[in-house]
Amino acid sequence: MWRLSRGREPLQNCDNCAPVERSYRIPLPALAVASLVLVTTALALVFFVAPTDADQGFSQRIFYFHVSIAFTAYLCFGLGAWKALLHLWKRDPNADLESYVGIHQGVIFGSLVLLTGSIWARISWGHWWLWSENQLVLFLVLFLFYAAYFMLRFSVDAGPQRANLCAVYALFGVVLIPVSFLAIRLAQRFIHPIVFTRHGAAFGGWIMVTYLVSQAAMIVLAYTLYRVELSGKRLDARLRELRRAFA
Amino acid sequence: MSYFADVRALLRKDLLLELRARDTLPAMLLFVVAVFVVFHFSLPDRSSDRAAGGLLWVAIVFTALLGLGRAFVPEREQRMFDGLVLAPSDRSAIWLAKSLATLAFLALAEAVALPVFALFFHGIDGTTVAAFALADVGICAVGTFVGAMAVVTRARDLLLPLLFLPLAIPILIGGVGASVVASPARYLAFLALYDVIFVLVCWASFEYVVTE
Repeated sequence: MWRLSRGREPLQNCDNCAPVERSYRIPLPALAVASLVLVTTALALVFFVAPTDADQGFSQRIFYFHVSIAFTAYLCFGLGAWKALLHLWKRDPNADLESYVGIHQGVIFGSLVLLTGSIWARISWGHWWLWSENQLVLFLVLFLFYAAYFMLRFSVDAGPQRANLCAVYALFGVVLIPVSFLAIRLAQRFIHPIVFTRHGAAFGGWIMVTYLVSQAAMIVLAYTLYRVELSGKRLDARLRELRRAFA
Repeated sequence: MSYFADVRALLRKDLLLELRARDTLPAMLLFVVAVFVVFHFSLPDRSSDRAAGGLLWVAIVFTALLGLGRAFVPEREQRMFDGLVLAPSDRSAIWLAKSLATLAFLALAEAVALPVFALFFHGIDGTTVAAFALADVGICAVGTFVGAMAVVTRARDLLLPLLFLPLAIPILIGGVGASVVASPARYLAFLALYDVIFVLVCWASFEYVVTE
């Protein structure tokens, strides 16, 4: 519709319009092996080494996954926003796809946060959903927000305008996260005055080690998945270019 | 000063268009009154005033959504966007003028809706009015922005609520909080903070929505 350039070079003016392959320092197979090892170690630590919580018992072990997945999801959303900024600022031709894949991983991990949080809430407090759990509610809002990102992306034709719209929306996301967090904390005061406080064992020793290993496992896993999806999407784009060239 | 002259010219165009065609504001007014009637029948007997106060916010957000959905329709139907974007002015002026126009419509709709609400349900205090004034700024700024995004997509009207409502949740929290608690200063401050942050973000990034 609004086909107006901003006075710079068009994004893809080469003959072969597929995005240029970016070279990475760590090869994908090495990443896959690393995430396998880390996830296995984390599972072993969570189930066999970490002490059982005095208050909540065995079910508290889901904490190691829930919290590390939540942190990883924030990282993915942050990565998506950072790549969006690179697209708008430096006009990096790879950044649009990378931003999309980052947010896609964020939504996958965000859904896992909702799932694990829901299971934990059910076991600890007897309800599948608790509006008093700030993090869960925040992830629900973010899930709705980023689900709309996909609706937006798939209802615009691929091209520079779609890249711009998606980048701006992704940047809105990182503004929305702290604002929503603040809002949800404020909402507690008039919707649910009772706040569950988690006073468990001190955060040290094996608990700390297990948490850090699970956190590292989730980050490496997310990055591996990000790279796998990215290479798949790039292959797809190149294949489409080849088809068009031979047609 | 030419920036504000541009904004004024664009705003004047939108207001004049509405004055002559009258297709947004009457629809918003009818909609909000109809929603109040629906609310009356969906609130069971002896439900609290607080519930009605919360529903007022829902009604206003949906009414705003109705107006926002119409905001960029004239530009789209008359294929005017290319002209606007080509005009030798800052592109954010387009967003600012459109936000001010929708703000004017929303404020007029509320000028009718709040007394009607007071008549149908219960009285409204000054704090709630102040909260609405602050919330309107945020609703119109963000709503116009995502409205400009939605209008270039294939899904159009379908997409606007999906893009807008997650962004409007903090506004609802601040507004409902200010209406129901005894000391609303914190919530009003939050609404003001939301306005400042999102007005700045929208103003700075609108250029990328309309250009390639």
